[in-house]
Amino acid sequence: MALAKITSVTGRAVNVPGNDIDTDRIIPARFMKCVTFDGLGEFLFYDVRKQLDGTEKPHPLNEPRFKGATILLSGANFGCGSSREHAPQAIAKYGFKAVIAENFAEIFFGNSTTLGIPCVTASREDIAKIAAFTETNSQGEVVIDLVKLEVRFGGQAVKIAQRESARDALVNGRWDAIGELIDGLPAVKITAAKLPYLAA
Amino acid sequence: MPKNLFQKVWDAHTVRQLANGQTQLLIGTHLIHEVTSPQAFGMLRDLGLKVAFPHRTFATVDHIVPTDQFIEPYADPLAQAMMDELRKNCAQFGITFFDRATGKQGIVHIVGPEQGITQPGTTIACGDSHTSTHGAFGAIAFGIGTSQVRDVLATQTMALGALKVRRIEVNGKLRPGVYAKDVILHIIRMLGVNGGTGFAYEYAGSTFDGFSMEERMTVCNMSIEGGARVGYVNPDETTFAYLKGRPYAPKAAYWDAAVSHWRSFASDPGAAYDDVVKINAADIAPTVTWGINPGQGISISENIPSPETATSADDKAGIIEALAYMKLPAGAPIKGTKINVAFLGSCTNGRLSDFQEVAKYIKGRKVAPGIKAIAVPGSQIVALQCEKLGLDKILAEAGFEWRAAGCSMCLAMNPDKLIGDQLCASSSNRNFKGRQGSTTGRTILMSPVMVAAAAVTGQIADAREVFSVAQN
Repeated sequence: MALAKITSVTGRAVNVPGNDIDTDRIIPARFMKCVTFDGLGEFLFYDVRKQLDGTEKPHPLNEPRFKGATILLSGANFGCGSSREHAPQAIAKYGFKAVIAENFAEIFFGNSTTLGIPCVTASREDIAKIAAFTETNSQGEVVIDLVKLEVRFGGQAVKIAQRESARDALVNGRWDAIGELIDGLPAVKITAAKLPYLAA
Repeated sequence: MPKNLFQKVWDAHTVRQLANGQTQLLIGTHLIHEVTSPQAFGMLRDLGLKVAFPHRTFATVDHIVPTDQFIEPYADPLAQAMMDELRKNCAQFGITFFDRATGKQGIVHIVGPEQGITQPGTTIACGDSHTSTHGAFGAIAFGIGTSQVRDVLATQTMALGALKVRRIEVNGKLRPGVYAKDVILHIIRMLGVNGGTGFAYEYAGSTFDGFSMEERMTVCNMSIEGGARVGYVNPDETTFAYLKGRPYAPKAAYWDAAVSHWRSFASDPGAAYDDVVKINAADIAPTVTWGINPGQGISISENIPSPETATSADDKAGIIEALAYMKLPAGAPIKGTKINVAFLGSCTNGRLSDFQEVAKYIKGRKVAPGIKAIAVPGSQIVALQCEKLGLDKILAEAGFEWRAAGCSMCLAMNPDKLIGDQLCASSSNRNFKGRQGSTTGRTILMSPVMVAAAAVTGQIADAREVFSVAQN
C-alpha cells in the first residue's frame, strides 16, 4: 500500500470566503443517501451554488475563470459540524487537492488528512493576499510547500502551519494509517487482553 | 501523579506510538449506522480485510428510517438501499444489528447507553459527530469519518493524537424551568463554536453531580457543537445505578469488580487540566438560538443581536449573515417570533425524561392552530416506555404527531423535513442553514419544554410563563 509522498500542491486557487462553513453546507445531507462516495463532487456546496431549479447562483465555484482550481481558500473553523467524510470526499472528487483556511474543525481535519488532502492554516491577512492574487490572476499558479511550510504565488510567499503529525504523514507518504494499524494487530490483542470489558 | 479521566482511559487503550507521532488507540466499542458505514465495508472488501473484533461492533439504523412508515420497502429507494446494505454487511461480517424487528432499534447514541454497551473507562467510536454523547458515562467517545470506521473494523484501533482537557465546572442548582439543554447552549455561547477545538471537555461540579444520566447525555451530546470532539462526566453512583441490569452490563457475579474498575477511571483529586472554566448554575436561563450556528444563542428574555452591537468585525459579519438567513429583525425580542413547526426528539433530547417533562406541562393544553408538531422517540424502547406511561396519548391529545424512532427532522435524511422557509422550534442540536431539509428552512434550538411552549403559543415563548413554572 505505497502512498504518494505529498510534499507540495501546485495549482490554481479559488476563494470561498466565510467563517464556520459547516459540513452541511459543504455537502447537504440529502446527497449522503448513497452507499459509495462516487459522484459526490457535483454536489459540493450545492445549496449555495444552485437554486432549487438547478440553475446557478453567484458563487466563486460557478465562475468559469475558476474552473479547474485545485486549491480551496476559506475562513475560520472550516468544516465544522458533522463527522461526515462525505465532506472531504466531495471536495476531493470535485478536484481540490488542498485547503488553506484560518483553522479547521477537528474531525474534518483528520478526515481530510487521511484522504491525503493537506489542510494548512494561514493568517487571515495572508489568505487575503492569496485571494487578492487569484482574483486578478485566476490562472496564476499557487504552490503549497509542506516542506518549507509556505505558500508561493506571483512572486510572494506567506507562511503556513500544519499540525506536525499530519505534515509528517503527508510528506512521508503515510497519511492513510491502515497499513501501519494492521501491522500493530499483535500488539492490539495484548492491549485488549488487559482490559476487562474486552478480555471477557 | 494525579491524572484526569481522559489521560487514564487514553493510557489504558494505547497500543503503541505510530511513525508520525500519533497513537494507535484501541477502540473498545464501535457503533455503526447506515450512513457512514457502507463505504467502509466497501473499502474492507477492496482490501480483502476482515473485521478484527466483530463482537465489539454494534449496528443500528437511524438517519434514513421513515418515522411514519413501518413496512419495507420504504418509499425512498435510496433509503431502502442503505438499509439493505447495512443488513448485508452485518450478516456477512457477523455484527450484531439492532434492526427494527428486534424492538431495540433507535438513534445510535440512545441505543448504546440503553443496552448497557456504553460503559465507563472505555473508548468508543462511531461515524457520527454526536458520539460525544457516550462520554456521559465516563467513556472517551469519538466521532469519526468513514476511513476511520474502516480502520476500526479492520483493526479495532485508529490513529489519533491526544487532546488537551478543559474542565468545565458548573456549580449550584439550576433555576426551575432551566434544563441540561440550556446548560450546553450556555456553554457553547460562552466558549464559542470552535472554542473546544483540540480539547476534550470534562463536565464537572455539583450541577453535573446532581444530573441524571439522561441530562448528562444531553450536555455531552453537543460538545462537538462547541468544537470539542470529546466531552465526558466522571462516573459515579448515578452512572452505576443506570447501568445495573442492562442487557450488556456486567452480570451479577462480575458487577462489584466492574464498578470498582470503573471508579478507578474517574479524575483524581488534584489532576491537572489545560484549562478550567467555572459557571454558576443560577446564571443560566432558558436559552434559544437566533442564528445559524449553535453558538449564536441568547436567553429567552434577551433581544436578537444587531450588527451595531457586534464585538468584532467577524461577529458583525456573522450577525448580518445569520439575520439575513433567519429573516429576524435585529434588536427585537426573540420572544414572540412566530414558528411553523415544533420538533421534539433527536439524540440530544429524544429520551424518556424529555417526553416525561414535556407531558407534565402540556397535559390538557393544545398545539396552536396551524403549527405542525411532531414528537419522535429516540428508540423503540423509549417509545415503548412512553407508551406504557401514556405519554404518547398526552402528546397526541395536545396535537403532537407521535412517531416511530429515528433521527427524523434533526437532519433531513428521511421524509421529515421543513418546507420552504418554515421556522422550527427544535430540541435537536444543529441550526445550520438548510439543516432540517429545506434550503431556506430555519431552526431555533431549545430545550424540549421550550419547544412545547412554542408549540402551544405558536411562537418562541418563555416556558416558565406559559406553563406557570413556580420560581423560588
